[in-house]
Amino acid sequence: MSAPSLAISGLSKRFGGVVAVDAVELQLQSGELHALIGPNGAGKTTLVQLLSGAERVDAGSIHLDGRDITHVAMHQRAGLGLGRSYQISSVFAAFSVLDNLALAAQARARRRWGCWAPVAADAVLFAAARGTLDAIGLSARAETPAGALAHGERRQLELGLALASGASMLLLDEPMAGMAAAEAERMLALIASLRGKFTILLVEHDMDAVFRLADRITVLVYGRVIATGGAEDIRRHPDVRRAYLGEDQP
Amino acid sequence: MTLILFVEQCLNGVQLGLMLFLLAAGLTLVFGIMDMINLAHGSLYMIGAYLAATVIEATGSFLLGAGAAMIGTGLIGAALEVSLFRQLYRRSHLNQVLATFALILIANETVRMIWGAQPILLNMPEALAGPVEPVEGFRYPAYRLAVIAVGAAVALLLYVMVVHTRLGMRVRAGASDRDMANVMGVDTRRLFTLVFAIGAGLCALAGAMLGPILAVQVGMGENILILAFVVIVIGGIGSIRGALVGALLVGLIDTAGRAFLPGLLRHVFPPTIASEAGPALASILIYVLMASVLYFRPRGLFPARG
Amino acid sequence: MTSALHVSARPGFALAGAILLLVLPLGLLAVDQPFYIVLASRILVFALIASSLNLLIGYGGMISFGHAAFVGIGAYTVAGLMQAGIVSAWLAWPIAMLAGAVLALGIGWISLRTSGVYFIMITLAFAQMAYYAIISLKLLGGDDGLSLGGRSALLPGIDLKADLSFYYVALACFAASLAFLHRLINAELGRALQGVRDNETRMEALGFPTYRIKLAAFIIAGALAGLGGALLANLTGLVSPSLLHWTQSGALMIMVILGGAGRLLGGAIGAAVLLIIEEVLRDYTIHWQLGVGVVLLAIVLFAPSGLAGGLAGLRQRRQA
Ligand SMILES: Nc1ncnc2c1ncn2[C@@H]1O[C@H](COP(=O)(O)OP(=O)(O)O)[C@@H](O)[C@H]1O
Ligand SMILES: [Mg+2]
Repeated sequence: MSAPSLAISGLSKRFGGVVAVDAVELQLQSGELHALIGPNGAGKTTLVQLLSGAERVDAGSIHLDGRDITHVAMHQRAGLGLGRSYQISSVFAAFSVLDNLALAAQARARRRWGCWAPVAADAVLFAAARGTLDAIGLSARAETPAGALAHGERRQLELGLALASGASMLLLDEPMAGMAAAEAERMLALIASLRGKFTILLVEHDMDAVFRLADRITVLVYGRVIATGGAEDIRRHPDVRRAYLGEDQP
Repeated sequence: MTLILFVEQCLNGVQLGLMLFLLAAGLTLVFGIMDMINLAHGSLYMIGAYLAATVIEATGSFLLGAGAAMIGTGLIGAALEVSLFRQLYRRSHLNQVLATFALILIANETVRMIWGAQPILLNMPEALAGPVEPVEGFRYPAYRLAVIAVGAAVALLLYVMVVHTRLGMRVRAGASDRDMANVMGVDTRRLFTLVFAIGAGLCALAGAMLGPILAVQVGMGENILILAFVVIVIGGIGSIRGALVGALLVGLIDTAGRAFLPGLLRHVFPPTIASEAGPALASILIYVLMASVLYFRPRGLFPARG
Repeated sequence: MTSALHVSARPGFALAGAILLLVLPLGLLAVDQPFYIVLASRILVFALIASSLNLLIGYGGMISFGHAAFVGIGAYTVAGLMQAGIVSAWLAWPIAMLAGAVLALGIGWISLRTSGVYFIMITLAFAQMAYYAIISLKLLGGDDGLSLGGRSALLPGIDLKADLSFYYVALACFAASLAFLHRLINAELGRALQGVRDNETRMEALGFPTYRIKLAAFIIAGALAGLGGALLANLTGLVSPSLLHWTQSGALMIMVILGGAGRLLGGAIGAAVLLIIEEVLRDYTIHWQLGVGVVLLAIVLFAPSGLAGGLAGLRQRRQA
């Protein structure tokens, strides 16, 4: 499984009078960890929604490994390797953590129609789920209902679901949102460990983390890309300093 | 001849539509504001018809009967709201279905205990018993005309109330965003008891007016309840305008379908097929309408919630 | 219990239940109450039907208000085939299931595009269409319905006209359906279905074709309800449009909610409790419906998660 590339061209989305995403151009190279930053309401989540297929695009196109997926249904995009996490945790609250991951593993194995054999007896599938469980550091919570997890743990599971579903490209919407410093540090380490194996679009607020981690950074303001480049370029970019860091021009 | 038939059927359709609107108005607001499925709404209609019949029988006055039925049923509605429905608003739809289904059984049986199992008679006011002839050669029952007039007046009043008054504004605020309404300081508890009571009163009015045309009997609420649900789903749950449009649509299409569809089919199909399929098609027409509306506009014609 | 999603069978419990249901009619004969064998058969048939609805409501989160349509088409299929001279249960009952499945495919195809209360209402609308269509078709007896000449033929030697044999056939159908549903909800499709119930968007994001998963469950439930309808037609010897009336759909929903939506035995418990309450109250008073209403109301107010839910809660409390 090689990490795919993603090409976004002229992508736009409006909600009533608000242009949430405005003619966005963006290229993610295979295996790249690309950070997407921007102030609140910049359109970052909307962009992730468009890429994952949760929202219809108004204009523009999305290509995954050269294949046009602009109008491909959400579940089919997932089948093509596009996985995502949600800014507001979206897990299966009534199921145990392990079952959450087993469900994702079931998705990866494309197993949906069996009506007879009990999934719980499937050692291979549960081994995969436990593998992810260890990777996200929730082994001790395997049997806990996801709804009973602490906020930070739920964020870990949120990422775990995307990992276990067999994605090769990850769209991570503020995975560290609302986490305590120590938790966020662990999450950051986890994401760092994924680099190279996945193509990652990381939406993040924490600038320090982004500058440490990302190969390249894109800055979104009012739905528009105002800069793309390496950490140093972005740090120095005058428009970014003005718009995003709220700095006045001397 | 055909023109007269056509006008007559249209009037019948409008009459049915307006009565459906009286039923649907309360239902859609309850549904829209409190997200509450009330299957027992039809029971209020039944209770209203029985109350009206009893008072008319005792006093000989139709007006008095209709008025008493509205007030009595309104009070019953308010009492139900305070004692039972309040506990159900925050429950799941499943629980609401179970509870209000239970209420139907209770209401039906209570009515049977009080008034007996036989349908009872509700006479129309004598002054309106005959036909009128508004245009030379076109005779139409005066009573039905009166029902249309009263229905239209009440519908107009209600519409103005909901769309143009402070009270109505609060109700609409509640229907489109309950939490926001709470924040704005609308006392949803009292407001809701009031809405519920008015809805019940309108049911009773419909029951009293339809009583002489349809039968007053146990279970009369069940079928008309489904029609009222069809109306509010077509119109968009929570929308008074939607309820009005939906009610008129359903009334007209149902009436016209029954009157004209079998004849139309006879032009196209052999008579054996037409006589089988005609009535079948006519009676499912409004459900086809509802399914198509939902297919193309899954939240009805006038969605109340943003 | 390794996972919350998996519904483990309790073999002892299942065995005890099976033995009880097997000897029940013999016991009734021993105390000379053969009438109750018919009641017990009726309960088994409705237990089957309610369990199929529970798959939708309890495991799929699809509150279908039109389940009586599938029961009705199953019943009318058997009656119609019998009129055409086809009496073999081996032929007629599978066709009834097929009819239920095909109708479910049609209704589900459109209905599953909506959600929430609109889904409740659109399933109701389709069931009403079926109801009025049947009423107006004189071919199917219109208002009066059709009466079956007799019961379906199963095997030479087994005479379904005997209430006892019919009871055991109904028991076999119920047990097989329940066993199948048990396997189903623990299998891939069942777990995916429960995932959809819990969080449909996430399931889609994970790559599950949620619409088709729901449709599959809808079709399975339709087929089982069709089988239930076939049994019901045989039991009563008469099919009429009232089988498809919306209050029938309502009563089926009540059974599921009463017994406990999303619990394996929820539908069966609900069917048994509702039908027994009706029967007992009917013996006491002609106003038995009032009693049923009051009991249902009390259950909503005091045991909102259904009787099976309430029992499980009690058991957990005792274990804790
Ligand atoms: N479903 C929606 N309906 C209407 N407006 C929306 C919707 N989603 C987002 N928006 C608007 O689009 C803009 C971008 O929002 P979002 O993508 O959530 O920003 P970010 O994730 O960068 O904080 C905001 O103005 C927001 O209010
Ligand atoms: Mg966001």
